[in-house]
Amino acid sequence: MSDTTHHGPPTGIRRWLFTTNHKDIGTLYLVFSLVMLFVGGAMAMIIRLELFQPGLQFVNPEFFNQMTTLHALVMVFGMIMPAFAGFANWMVPLMIGAPDMALPRLNNFSFWILPFAALMLVSTLFMPGGGPASGWTLYPPLVLQTGDAFPFVIFSVHLLGISSILAAINIIVTIMNMRTPDMPLLKMPLFVWTWLITAYLLILVMPVLAGAVTMLFTDQFFGTSFFQAAGGGDPVLFQHIFWFFGHPEVYIIILPSFGIISQIIPTFSRKPLFGHDSMVYATASIAFLSCIVWAHHMFTVGMPLAGQLYFMLSTMLIAIPTGVKIFNWTATMWRGSLSFETPMLFAIAFLFLFTFGGFSGVMMALTPADIQYHDSYFIVAHFHYVLVPGAMFAAIAGVYYWLPKWTGHMYDERLGKIHFWLSAISVNLTFFPQHFVGLAGMPRRIPDYALQFADLNAFMSIGGFLFGLSQLLFLWGVVRCMRGIGDKATDRVWEGAQGLEWEVPSPAPYHTFDTPPVVK
Amino acid sequence: MSAHRSLINKLLLACVAMFAFGFALVPLYDVFCDITGINGKTDKVAAAAPDRIDRGREVTVEFLATHDPAVAVNFAPETARLRLNPGDLQTVSFVVENRTGEPIVTTAVPSVSPGEAARHFMKIECFCFQEQPLAPGERKAMPVQFYVDPELPARFKNLTLSYRLYRSVGQSASR
Repeated sequence: MSDTTHHGPPTGIRRWLFTTNHKDIGTLYLVFSLVMLFVGGAMAMIIRLELFQPGLQFVNPEFFNQMTTLHALVMVFGMIMPAFAGFANWMVPLMIGAPDMALPRLNNFSFWILPFAALMLVSTLFMPGGGPASGWTLYPPLVLQTGDAFPFVIFSVHLLGISSILAAINIIVTIMNMRTPDMPLLKMPLFVWTWLITAYLLILVMPVLAGAVTMLFTDQFFGTSFFQAAGGGDPVLFQHIFWFFGHPEVYIIILPSFGIISQIIPTFSRKPLFGHDSMVYATASIAFLSCIVWAHHMFTVGMPLAGQLYFMLSTMLIAIPTGVKIFNWTATMWRGSLSFETPMLFAIAFLFLFTFGGFSGVMMALTPADIQYHDSYFIVAHFHYVLVPGAMFAAIAGVYYWLPKWTGHMYDERLGKIHFWLSAISVNLTFFPQHFVGLAGMPRRIPDYALQFADLNAFMSIGGFLFGLSQLLFLWGVVRCMRGIGDKATDRVWEGAQGLEWEVPSPAPYHTFDTPPVVK
Repeated sequence: MSAHRSLINKLLLACVAMFAFGFALVPLYDVFCDITGINGKTDKVAAAAPDRIDRGREVTVEFLATHDPAVAVNFAPETARLRLNPGDLQTVSFVVENRTGEPIVTTAVPSVSPGEAARHFMKIECFCFQEQPLAPGERKAMPVQFYVDPELPARFKNLTLSYRLYRSVGQSASR
């Protein structure tokens, strides 16, 4: 680990362009994700601004629909997936005692695809005919009406998919082949486990999405009729293929969050994770079930009774392994010596609010109920509860948790707590009333609405603006640490922290674990 | 490194296989729907004539016609509904009128609802079996000759036959 065996990184922009270091690439992923959080967030602010009052005030309906579409695509493919890829890059080698990722050059490539793909995606807004306005699900025939931007949307989805697949291959090879010798699979920290399973899911479903958008592309430009009824195709087929990818995708987003929460809760409860092995099996069960329930997203296309029953019951089955996780986290906290630093606050909020989103998910698994909820604001409330105070809070918790290890400086605890309380309150102000307007019949993806929804929409918009502005505190807190402001962090950082990543100094040196560490 | 390489090869192979699987879903979907008969698609070729008539019950068949809004045509069935015995051969005409001012070729895509009854909806002759050329301003009655299979499960009392008219795909590029 001495400097005689390693030359330092190159300086300036070359360091970041050519780096093959897992920590540098992890940082790149996380910074990129933070930038995209504000890009996608700005689009959400435009949506909430337009919905502040009924009628059309600020944007035309076409642009509004482009905002809802791109907000989703940017947040899913540009923000949350790269954020977790960043965590994996930084933490997986540190947690399993590996010197770096298995495929460092591939690692550089899979990151550097991302900014270009995201740029291409966002640039569609400035093309003739505007960006995609079909919703992120890209259903034909609607999506085929996209203007000049159509091929750019398809190619950017391809690029984002290639980036994820390459990252997934890298992560699997690292975890399977590079663990320190005395770490058998079941001794791996849960974050590593969840990412291993997530990476397999990515390999299973991202190529299917690539196939689906390729078919859209050939339908549009090469005269095929995969989804065009006139030529013997079937638009419902697209929905099947899309959701065969789309449902596992939601678990690709949430499983790494489960992993982060499973690291944080034991630390601040000063107890080992309750039921470690059952957590692993629950994660694997969720991943398996996620691949066989896709059609619950499309009950309204018309399905025979047997199909409805199958997709309803198998969907509800997912609540069981998820329940195992929720109860295990609760049991970990039970009679623990709890303390409430910012990462723990976000983790507890995750536990509450993700469960909340999970419950509305079980409601929608009920076919007859779902037919009422379908494409209403109820579904918008549901998936924002699992994605914002679910996945995104887990990512924020993870940032606060490991930021001292990354930068060597403690974040400002008071600032962190203010950020937490503002976020936790405003996220509920924004998304909770959406359940009610959804049940009362407000459809999603519309710029205008019936007058009866005016008060609650104004309320939600204020909550949304507050939530958006609160994230500037997060940005400030992170930038402070990156610039070296704040107390020096100790190596262990948290009193109750367990695991190999806390054995290395803070900030983690450029090269770690040149020789495999011993697991105690 | 060889341990890396063999794992990478397996994972890359899995990616290629899943990409192919995405495309394989297209024929699989058709085969699955064909076997289970669940998505309302009817056969594209003529059925055999009925061998018996079930006088013991009546089924209502309703007719619907819609068209791609991008094609200026009038398209409607001559009869809105029929009550008939299963096995009873009937002919209904759909009238189409070309208002585009140019010659067009159309395709009509049939669908039967409820979907599970589609396999019991037997068409002996149908304008949907071929593409239909229409001269500018031409008005044409297009017949469908059909019967309801006497094997239709008793729980189905109402069937709907709908057609959606498109320009045939060979023409849509010039649109």
